[in-house]
Amino acid sequence: MYEFSYQAPTSLAAANAAIAAAEDGKLMAGGMTLIPTLKQRLARPSDVIDLSKITELKSIRREGNTLVIGAMTPHAMVADSSVVKEAIPALAALAGNIGDPAVRNRGTIGGSICNNDPAADYPSALVALGATVKTDRRSLSAEEFFTGMFETALELDEIVTSVSFPIPEKAAYAKFPNPASRYAVVGVFVAKTGGAAKVAVTGAGASVFRAIEMETALAKSFSATALDGIKTPEDGLNSDIHASAAYRAHLITVMAKRAVAACG
Amino acid sequence: MGDVPSIGSPVRRKEDMRFLTGQGTYTDDINRPGQLYAYVLRSPHAHAAIGSIDSAAAKAAPGVTAVFTGHDMVADGVGGLPCGWQIHSKDGSPMVEPPHMPLVTDTVRHVGDPVAVIIADTREQAEDAAELIEIDYRVLPAVVATTDALTSGKPKVWDTGNLCYDWEIGDRAAVDAAFAKAAHVTKLDLVNNRLVANPMEPRAAIGDYDRGTGDYTLYTTSQNPHVIRLLMGAYVLHLPEHKLRVVAPDVGGGFGSKIYHYAEEAIVTWASAKVKRPVKWTADRSEAFLSDAQGRDHVSHAELALDADGKFLALRVETTANLGAYLSTFAPAIPTILYATLLAGTYTTPAIHCAVKAVFTHTIPVDAYRGAGRPEATYLLERIVDMAAAETGIDPGELRRRNFIPRDAYPYQTPVALNYDSGDYFATLSMAQEAADYAGFPARQAAARAKGKLRGIGMATYIEACGIAPSAVAGALGARAGLYETAEVRVHPTGSVTVFTGTHSHGQGHETTFAQVVADGLGIPIEQIEVVHGDTDKIPFGMGTYGSRSLAVGGSAVVKAIDKVVAKGRKIAAHLLEAAEADIEFRDGKFQVAGTDRSKSFAEIALAAYVPHNYPIETLEPGLDETAFYDPKNFTYPSGCHIAEVEIDPDTGVTKIVKFTAADDFGRIINPMIVEGQVHGGVAQGIGQALMESCVYDPVSGQLLTGSYMDYCMPRADDLPSFDVATNTTLCTHNPLGVKGCGEAGAIGAPPAVMNAVINALKPYGITHIDMPATPQKLWRLIADHTPFPVAAE
Amino acid sequence: MATPVSMKVNGKTTSASVEPRTLLVQYLREHLGLTGTHIGCDTSQCGACVVHVDGVSVKSCTMLAVQAEGATITTIEGLANDETLHPMQAAFREHHGLQCGFCTPGMVMSAVDLVRHNPKPSDPEIREWLEGNICRCTGYHNIVKAVKAGAEAMGGSASHG
Repeated sequence: MYEFSYQAPTSLAAANAAIAAAEDGKLMAGGMTLIPTLKQRLARPSDVIDLSKITELKSIRREGNTLVIGAMTPHAMVADSSVVKEAIPALAALAGNIGDPAVRNRGTIGGSICNNDPAADYPSALVALGATVKTDRRSLSAEEFFTGMFETALELDEIVTSVSFPIPEKAAYAKFPNPASRYAVVGVFVAKTGGAAKVAVTGAGASVFRAIEMETALAKSFSATALDGIKTPEDGLNSDIHASAAYRAHLITVMAKRAVAACG
Repeated sequence: MGDVPSIGSPVRRKEDMRFLTGQGTYTDDINRPGQLYAYVLRSPHAHAAIGSIDSAAAKAAPGVTAVFTGHDMVADGVGGLPCGWQIHSKDGSPMVEPPHMPLVTDTVRHVGDPVAVIIADTREQAEDAAELIEIDYRVLPAVVATTDALTSGKPKVWDTGNLCYDWEIGDRAAVDAAFAKAAHVTKLDLVNNRLVANPMEPRAAIGDYDRGTGDYTLYTTSQNPHVIRLLMGAYVLHLPEHKLRVVAPDVGGGFGSKIYHYAEEAIVTWASAKVKRPVKWTADRSEAFLSDAQGRDHVSHAELALDADGKFLALRVETTANLGAYLSTFAPAIPTILYATLLAGTYTTPAIHCAVKAVFTHTIPVDAYRGAGRPEATYLLERIVDMAAAETGIDPGELRRRNFIPRDAYPYQTPVALNYDSGDYFATLSMAQEAADYAGFPARQAAARAKGKLRGIGMATYIEACGIAPSAVAGALGARAGLYETAEVRVHPTGSVTVFTGTHSHGQGHETTFAQVVADGLGIPIEQIEVVHGDTDKIPFGMGTYGSRSLAVGGSAVVKAIDKVVAKGRKIAAHLLEAAEADIEFRDGKFQVAGTDRSKSFAEIALAAYVPHNYPIETLEPGLDETAFYDPKNFTYPSGCHIAEVEIDPDTGVTKIVKFTAADDFGRIINPMIVEGQVHGGVAQGIGQALMESCVYDPVSGQLLTGSYMDYCMPRADDLPSFDVATNTTLCTHNPLGVKGCGEAGAIGAPPAVMNAVINALKPYGITHIDMPATPQKLWRLIADHTPFPVAAE
Repeated sequence: MATPVSMKVNGKTTSASVEPRTLLVQYLREHLGLTGTHIGCDTSQCGACVVHVDGVSVKSCTMLAVQAEGATITTIEGLANDETLHPMQAAFREHHGLQCGFCTPGMVMSAVDLVRHNPKPSDPEIREWLEGNICRCTGYHNIVKAVKAGAEAMGGSASHG
C-alpha cells in the first residue's frame, strides 16, 4: 500500500465535506475490494474516507411494498435478516452467497454497487427488481446507476445512502461461480411482478444487463421451458481463461432457467 | 509396557498444542533485534536485456539502508545457485547447466526473475523505494510453451539453445520388436499440466550476521536445512559450515517447493553481512507464484503394445519436459530418474523405452512437486491402460489383473532399472473395488442418467519409488550427493530422550511418529521423548524431507541409533547386575538377566551411564548418546489402487466427485491417523490437478495468468468429498521398520483415477481422452461439440 | 502520518501509533507479537488471517488497524484460557484436523463463528462455510470431522470466544 490519510467521519455531512476537501479521496465502505486494490498498489488515493462510523447508513426496513437497505449494511446482515427473508428471500440468498462468511461480515451493499465489478452479484438484483438507488442528493433507477465496467452514474463526491427494492411476486438468483475466485462468471437474477418478468445478468458482460428476449418469453409463460432455445449473442461478453464468451452465453440460458425453476 | 503407545496406534500429535493455540514459530514469526526488511524487485518481463539500473533515488528514499543489484553480488564473489543432480544425454554429453545467479545482471529470463533487493526499516518503505529504481529493459521475444521450445526459429533462453538434455532409458530394439508382433496398439498424446505447489505458508528467510563472532544464521522455510547450508555455504556464499547455521523452524507445508535452495536465502544472508543488521524477507502470495519452483509440465506421446489376450508387450514413450528458465536444485532428476523408471508401474510389461527431452523456456523453474515424476509416469501409464481397456473391450480391472506382477515374483526386476521388493496389487485392487462398490456402478449410473447427469467410474493403480535414496543408486543416476539419513538418540540421565533427526517435518507429524518408534524401541512413554529437527547447529547432518523418505530412511536411522543405545545399555546392565552381557535381555523398558527376576529399568541404566560411581569405566565410556547413519539398500515401493466416481452436469460441464476410494500399501504403519491424513491431502491435490489446477502463462508475453488465488484454482472444502481410505500391508523387506512411505500416494493415484472416471462418464459422446484439468468450460465445450450415442447403444 | 489506535485484544486494552496503511493483521503480528494469526495470500481468499472482530469472523488482512479503533478482537491466542483448549481446538487435535498448522488458526476461528451461527452444522454446511479458508494439507476431510465434533462439544453454546 502507498501511504494515505485516513478519516472516519460519523455523519454524512462530515463525509461529504471530507471527500470534497480531499485532493484525491476515496470513499471506503466495507473495504473488501478497496483494501486488496490498495495492497496491490493499483490505487493511490490521498485520503481514505471510511463510512463505517456513519451508523444511519446501516439499516434494513420494510416500507409498505418496498424493502429499504442502508448502503453500509453488510452482506451477512442482509442474508440473516428475517425482514429480507420474508420480503425478498432471493435477495437474502444472494447476499448469503457473496464471497465467504468473513467477507460477508465486512462487505456492504453500497460498496458492492458503487464498485460495480462486472462479476459482482448485487447489480443483477437491483436491475431485475427495479430498485432505486438513493444518494445524498438524488434518486437513480438501477439501470441509470450502473453505467459500465467499474463505472456508475455517481459524481466523484456523491455518497449512496440506501437502496429501495420493490417487493416482487417471485424472484430467484442463480450463479455460476468462477472456480478459482468464486466471483460470478455468470449470475442471473429473475424477478416476476404481476404479468412482467425481469431478467438481469451479471458476470457475463462489462456491466449488468437485461436479457430482454428472455423477459418477453417469460411474460408469456413464466416457466424454465419458455427459455428453451433463447441464445444470448456472444458479442461483447467477457472472455477469460475460465470462461470464453461462448461459454458465458451458454451459461446465461442455463442459469436463467435454473433461476426461473427456483422461483417455483 | 502398559500405557506406552506402540507402533500402529493413532497417537494424537505432540505438535498440535502449539499450532492450535497460535504458538507455532514459523519463519515470519521470528524477529531479530535491529532487523531490516528486504523487498526483492522482480522482472515484469519474461525475457529482456537489462541496459542499466539506476537505484540512486531508491537509495535516498526514506528508511532505506541499501539497494543491491546482481553486480554487487558478483563483485563480492558470490556464486550461482547450484544444481544437485547431473543428467547425461544419450550421446554421453552432460546436460546444459546455465548459470543461475541469485540476482541477475544482464538478462531476465522469466517474469519474476530477481533483479535487485532493497533493504529498509520497514517492508513498506522497501517497496516504496523499489518503485524509484529505474531499469532500462530491452524487451525480447519469449518462448513459453513446452512444445515450442525446440521449434526452430523460436527465441533461445540460453545461447546454447533450449535443450537441456536428450535422455533415454530402456531397450529400444526390444520395444520395436515387441510392437512388430502386437495384436493391438494403443496410442495416446497427453499433457501433464503445470502446477504450483502452494503450501499455505509463503516462503520467508531471515539472514542474521553476527559482527562479533562472524557467524551467520539463516532462518528459512526449508524442507532440508542441512542441504541449504551445504549448497549456499559451499557454492554460493563460500562460507564454512562452522560459521553458518541454518534453521528451518515450523514450516507451513512444502510439497516439494521448499526443498530447493532459493535466491532469497542467499540474498538475505549475504546482505545481512553487508548492512551488519538482520535482514528479513517474506514473500506475499503473488510473489510466491512468481518465485516458488513449479511442478509437472510434461507433453508426451505414448504407445502400448498388447497381445491378443491383453498382455502388455511393450511401452514406448516420448516426453518433453519443461524445466523453466533455470535449473532448480533437483530439476533434472524429476523427468528422468523419478519418472521414466516408474513406467513399468504395477505391470509385467517386458520391454519399455522412454526418451525424454528436457527444455528451457522463459518461465519459472520447474522442480519436484508432491510425487515428482511419479505422478507423471502413473498418469501416462494408467491413462493408456484405461484407453487400451476401452479399445479392446476388456474390463479395466480385468486388464490390470492380467498384467499385474504376480504375488510370488518378488523381488521383481523391471526393464527400467527398479527392483521391487514387495507388493500385492491384486489385494489393493480388490479392496478398492469392494469399498467403491464397483459392481453396483451400473445401477448408480442409470439412476444418474435419469436425473440428466453423466456418471463415470475410473480406477488407477500405482507404484512409487520412495525412501529416496540408496546413495549408490542415486550416485549412479547422477545425484551429486549421497542421500542417507542421520539420527542421534540422546538419553538423558533420568531416562528421558531427545531424538535429533536430519529429516524435517512441515505437517507430516514426525514429532509424534518418530517418538512412537522410540517409545517402542526403548519401552518408555511417549511423553518422555522429544523429537528435534530443523537446526544445523543441533543435528549432526541430514538430507531433509521429500520423496516420502522420512520414516523409511530417517526412521531407520533412528532405529539404528536405538539399537546402539540398547547395546550399550546391555553392557552397563551386565556390569550392574553382575551378569554376562550375553545373558542380558532388553524388553519392555527393562534390562533383565535372562531367566531371573533381576533387572534394571531403562532409567536406572541411563542414570548409571551419566553418574557412574559403579561403572565399568575402564572398558566403557560413560554417557548414553548414540548417532547413526542409515543408507537404504533400495528404494521402497508403496503401491495401491484408487477409484473415483464422478457426476458431470452436461449443462454446465461441472464435475462433482461423488465418491473417492483409496486402497494403499505403505508397508508397516506407525500411526494410522497420520497416514490417513497424508492420503487425504495427497488425494485432494491429485483431484486439484485433475479437475481444477493449472498454471497458465500467456503464450506470447510469458506473463503468468494464474498468479493469485483469483485465477489459480485451489481446491476448497466444498469442492471435495470425504474420502474412503483403507490399507493393505506388505512389508518393505530391506528397512528395519518395514515401512514404505505414504506422503505422495494420493497425488499419484488420484489424477488418473479421476480422469479415467471423467472419460468414462463421457463415453456416450465418443470422447476418448481429455487433458487435465477437466474444467467445466473444457467439458462443456467437448459435450457441446459431440453428439451422444443413444443410451441404449451403450 | 502515524495515527493512534486503540482496541481490546484478547481481553487486554492495546494501543499504538500506526500508519493508516497498517493492516489489522500487521498490528496483531508486528505490534502485539500475536503471531498466531497468519498471512497466506494477498487476495483475501485463504483465511489464514481470520480473527473475530466484535464477535464475528473477519479477514484481518483485509481490514486496516485504524478501522478496528475501539473494537474488541479475539485471536487464536485468546480463544481459550491458559492450559485448556477451546472445544473446537480440542476437536481439531482429536480428529487430526491439522497438519502443518499454518491455516489452522484461521480455520478454527472460522469454525467457532460457524457454530455461533449454526450450532449443529451438517457436513455440506461446514464445507460451504469454510469456503473462505484454504488448507493445502488435509484435503478438508478431517477438518470437517473436527468441526462437526467441535460443534457438538460446544453444545450450541455461543459463549466461547
